[in-house]
Order: sequence, then C-alpha cells, then structure tokens
Amino acid sequence: MFQLANLKPAFWDKQMRVPAPGASEYLFNYRRIWWLSILLTGMVAVVPLISITLVDYKFTGQTMASEWLLRASRTVSNTQRTIAFFLTERRSALDFIVHDNGSEVLRNPNRLSAILENLQRSFGGGFVDLGSIDSDGKQKAYVGPYGLKDKDYSGQPWFEQVVSQGVYTSDVFLGYRNVPHVIIAVKQILPDGSFGVLRASLDIELFQDLLSNLELGGLGDAFIINQEGTLQTDSHYHGRLLEKIPLPVPEFSDTTQVTEGKNPAGEALLIGYRFIKDTPFILMIVKKKTELMKQWRKTRLQLIIFLLGSVSIILAVIIGTVTFMVNKVYNADERRLMTLHQMEYANKMASIGRMAASVAHEINNPLAIVNEKAGLIKDLFSLKMQYADDPKLLSLVDSILNSVKRAGKITKRLLTFARNLEATIEPVHLEETIHEVLSFLTKEAEYRSIDIQVDVSTDIPVIEIDRGKLQQIFLNIINNAFAAMCDGGHLSIQVNRAGAEAVEVRFRDDGCGIPQEDLQRIFEPFFSTKTGQGGTGLGLSITYNLTQEIGGLIHADSEIGKGTCFTITLPLKPQVKEGTNPCACYS
Amino acid sequence: MRVLLVDDEEELVSALGERLVLRNIEAEWFTTGSAALKRVASCCFDLAILDMKMPKIGGLELREKLRARCPDMKFIFLTGYGSEKDFASARGTDADYMVKPVDIERLLDTMQTLFNRSKGDT
Repeated sequence: MFQLANLKPAFWDKQMRVPAPGASEYLFNYRRIWWLSILLTGMVAVVPLISITLVDYKFTGQTMASEWLLRASRTVSNTQRTIAFFLTERRSALDFIVHDNGSEVLRNPNRLSAILENLQRSFGGGFVDLGSIDSDGKQKAYVGPYGLKDKDYSGQPWFEQVVSQGVYTSDVFLGYRNVPHVIIAVKQILPDGSFGVLRASLDIELFQDLLSNLELGGLGDAFIINQEGTLQTDSHYHGRLLEKIPLPVPEFSDTTQVTEGKNPAGEALLIGYRFIKDTPFILMIVKKKTELMKQWRKTRLQLIIFLLGSVSIILAVIIGTVTFMVNKVYNADERRLMTLHQMEYANKMASIGRMAASVAHEINNPLAIVNEKAGLIKDLFSLKMQYADDPKLLSLVDSILNSVKRAGKITKRLLTFARNLEATIEPVHLEETIHEVLSFLTKEAEYRSIDIQVDVSTDIPVIEIDRGKLQQIFLNIINNAFAAMCDGGHLSIQVNRAGAEAVEVRFRDDGCGIPQEDLQRIFEPFFSTKTGQGGTGLGLSITYNLTQEIGGLIHADSEIGKGTCFTITLPLKPQVKEGTNPCACYS
Repeated sequence: MRVLLVDDEEELVSALGERLVLRNIEAEWFTTGSAALKRVASCCFDLAILDMKMPKIGGLELREKLRARCPDMKFIFLTGYGSEKDFASARGTDADYMVKPVDIERLLDTMQTLFNRSKGDT
C-alpha cells in the first residue's frame, strides 16, 4: 500500500552532523537547506507570477469597465439620435405643410384628410390624426379616429406654448381620447396677421418598438422619461408608462452621460442618459452592474484557476527538483564523509602497521641477541660434557629460550599484520586466517571466559583474496560480537561452502541482539547504538565496504536477547569492486 | 663448511658464530661489510649469513660484492623487519631469508639445504 512516508527524502530525519570542528553546522542542516531553497526559489518564481496576474486582473477590470462605459455611451447616443431624428422629421413635415398650404386648405376636412394620408404613406406610420385649430384655440378641422372636431384647447398650456414659441412637442399623455400619444403642434402665421395651429398626434408605439429592439444584454433596460421623471414608454424593470421611475431624474447635460447609481433595492446600476434636443424627453439606458460583472467574474475565475494551477505546478516542480538536488548533495556529502573517514581509518591502520613493524624490528634485535646468548649457553652446557649433568642450568636456559620463542611469535604476528595492510591477492587458508585473528583476542576471551568454537567444513578450498582486508573484516566482526556478549558468552564461527564459487563464514554470538528497526541501518555510516560510549558508527560500515571491495557479501540476522549472526559470503576467486555504495543493497 | 657471518650487532654475531663453531662448522664473524670483504679477498667461504640492514653496506649490496669475489657462495639473510619487498629480493636459488630471532636448528637446516643445492649444481 502506498504510504506518504515513502515520499520523505532520505535526509529528512538524519541527525545533523558536523564533520569537523569549526565547520559551519548550517552547511549540513539539509532540512534547513531544503526549506530555504524551496522558499527562495518559490518566491522568485511565484511572486512575479502573482504580481503579473494581479496587474493583469486590474487592467482587465479597467478595460472591461471602459468597454461597458463606451458601449453604453454609444448606445445612448445612437438611440437618442434616432428618436430625435424621428421627431424632427415629423415636426419639419408639419412645418412644411403649414407653409405650403393656406388656412382654408388646412381647415378643409377633405384636404386635411388627403394630407394625413400622404403623411402616413410617406412616413410609414406614426401620424394618428391631424387637427387645424384657429387662434382662439378651437379645432376647426379634424381628421383621425377620434371625434375631436370643435374641441377647445384655448385654456391648455400646450396651446399657449405653441402660440408663444411657434412649435411644441408634448410629453406622452392620454388626453381626451384616453390613449397614450404625443402631439406636435406648429403655428401658422396667416397673411392677415392672425394665426392658426396645425396639430398632429403621434403613436408612441414606434418609440416602444425602437427601444425594445435595442440589444442591451441581460437585464438591460431602455426607456424615455420626461423631465419630471414620468415614464414616457414602458420599462422592463422600472415601471409602466406614465409612472414615476424609482430613480432620480438626471441633471441636465447636452452630451451623453454615463453615471453609476443604485436602485431602491440597493443594487448598483450603470445609468446612461441623454436629453433629446427640442423635446421634453430624456432617453435612459439602465443596466445592473451585477449583470455586467458576470463576464468579469468569469474572467476572474479563469485567472484564479490559472494562477492556482500555475502556482501548484511551479511549487510541485520546485519541491521535486529541490528534494532531488538536496538528496544528491546529501548523498555526495555522505560519500565524501565516508571516504574521508575511510582514508582516516586507512591512514590509522597504516600508521599502526608501520609502528607494529618498527616495534617488532626493534624488539627482534635484542631478542635475537638474548636468543643467541642463551643458545650459546645451552650449547656450552649440552655440547661440553662437563656441564651436561646440570639439569637445573639447562632448564633455566630452556626457559629463557622458550620466552624468546614466545616473544618472537608475537613480533612475527605484528610483522604479518603490518605486511597484510598492503593490498595483495594471495592464497588464503580461511581456518588459518580465523585463528590468526583470534590470536589477537585470545587473552580477552580468556579473561572474560568467552567460549570460541571454530568449525570449518572439510571441503573448504584455499581462496584467493586480500588477506589484510579479510583479517580486518574478521577482526571487526569478532570485536563487535565480543562487545555484544556478556562474560561467559559463546561465539561460534562456521565455514561452509556456498555453491561452487563461494564460501560462507558465519559468526554467531549469544549477545544482546539488534532491534529489527536498527538491523536495516547497521551498515550505514555513523549509525551507532553506542552513542556516548565511544562508538563511532563506522566499524560495520567499513566492514561492509571492505567486504564489497573483496567481492563478498555481508548479511546480518538478529533476535533481541538471543544474539546476532553475521554471514559473510566470499568468492573463491578475486572479484574486486571499486566505489561501491554502502547503502546500495538496502535501498 | 666455511661460513661467514656479518651483522652490526656484535653480541649477536659473536654468539651465533660461537654456536656454529661448537657444532664443528668453520665460522668467522664480522660487524661490518668492509671487514668481511677484506677477509674474503684472501679466502672464499661456502656460505654467508648476512644481516639485511647494516650501516654503510647493507646485506643485499654486500651479497653482490661477495658474489663478485666468490661466485659459488650461498647466502642466508637475517632480518628483524621482514617486508615482502625484502623477501622477494632476497629469495633465489642461492639465497634464503630468516626473521630474527632465529631457531638454530632451522638455521642449520637452511644452511644444509643451500649447501646441498650447491653440491648438486656442481
């Protein structure tokens, strides 16, 4: 089953270790290096990305807002121009009629009817009726669907306004006919100095059609109000015809304006308006900002998704790369430290070897003199008959010679040890080598009553191997076993064949054993359970490396309280390996 | 058998020489190579027992000089150090080595072996 712990890099739980006094500990705090690398690389990569995204966010917002304003402004201007043109065109037509026809013509219902027909045909609708009114305000002639002949308009404000200003465009109102309409009235100056008025009613459905055909997008509303804020057309969201709009009447401006406001519900609005020239009308286009923001919100969501996706990918790549690199550095440091310690160990061993050889040489000369002198005395006693009968003297000389022989054996072992530090492949009798190594530890075994049993199978051939390295391997393993055992312990060394090409040497002690969780790590450099007791954590690691160097394998089994068994498999022929990784077989 | 012993340790060479004499071997001993060479100028020996490391003239150099005067001479080198390099250069059909302190019986055996080999050659 996949476990998150598998993703944890090798250096994560490693104890920080300074290789030499004075070295900066920060250089070997890999977890700190990891954090710093991720933080710095992440900042360098992510901060500009976030900045660019925020700037883009801001500029896109500004651009979209400008676009809304521009579009609203353009729509208001164009629509206003259309409505203004509509009214101006009809007003001009009426103006032409009053200048082209006399009052008799305009008060003749037949002629007036013909003019109305012509207007309706030429302008495609809009004109509902026509009326000719005299200077007293009485409608002298009327053509249209309503019976308005002889209606008296003399008291009405619009009549007074057309008399004073010459032309008049009304608000939308119901009037006598009780149908919403707009009137345009034009004053006619007659040759006798009196005047008349030509009055036309216009259907407002054309306004309505024009406004409802505008493409304003979702929840956009276009309508016309008068200067009191009364709706002159129906509105989708702000009331019906002739109702008051729930928004303030905009201030006068002779240009198109776009402002922001709020409706009674508190919703933000974008309001575009334009006063229609020579009319009481104000064209208004109102949009809810929330609707306009929809596209912006979509863009913003895309930006956020892009940002989060990019940041996640960048962080994943950074974490992966930094972990890989720090792991590489950690492994390189480990190898470097291991090499340094191995060199140190090799130098130490070489120094010990040189010292052993030097000591052996210096002792050998006086030993040789004692040997020869005692030998001479013995010769004199034994070869010349006058002393041959003194057993006491002969026994004393024999004792001296035996001691010299014993000391000589020690110096020869020292010399053998020194010689074996030089890397040479030579035929090796395993049993002999084991006993050579044990000879260094015989006294300790005797003092601690440790029983050592060596069983060598009869079919073990002479192997070709580096004797010095093999001795160091055996010495390290036996030393470890001695350290693990209590006084009176038992060490069994067995040598057996392991197939046609190898032999197996097992060192089984009945010591304290190694916990399973430590067993996986005992060959790692610096791993030690003897922290604070002089353990360097290098012994088994060096043993592992030496075994690899001579082409062998080492394996450990252990049970707490029962003991440990180290098995070393050795090839019969040399298989030298260089630059092996001590952790390779446990990865 | 005439044996020449050369070692800078006088105590050693004299005692060893006397032990050989006690065994009816005609032995003469010297503490320097030059003294030994002077003696060999007038008389050849069958075998020389030489210390490997001696001041001025070492054992190996002395062998070359002795061999120049007495081509049939056999050699046994004594060493208190004994490295593979020394042994490789000392070993041969006419020479052997022994690490100090030497066992007299082993020395006599080695001398006899070399001497017999010399006879066999002739």
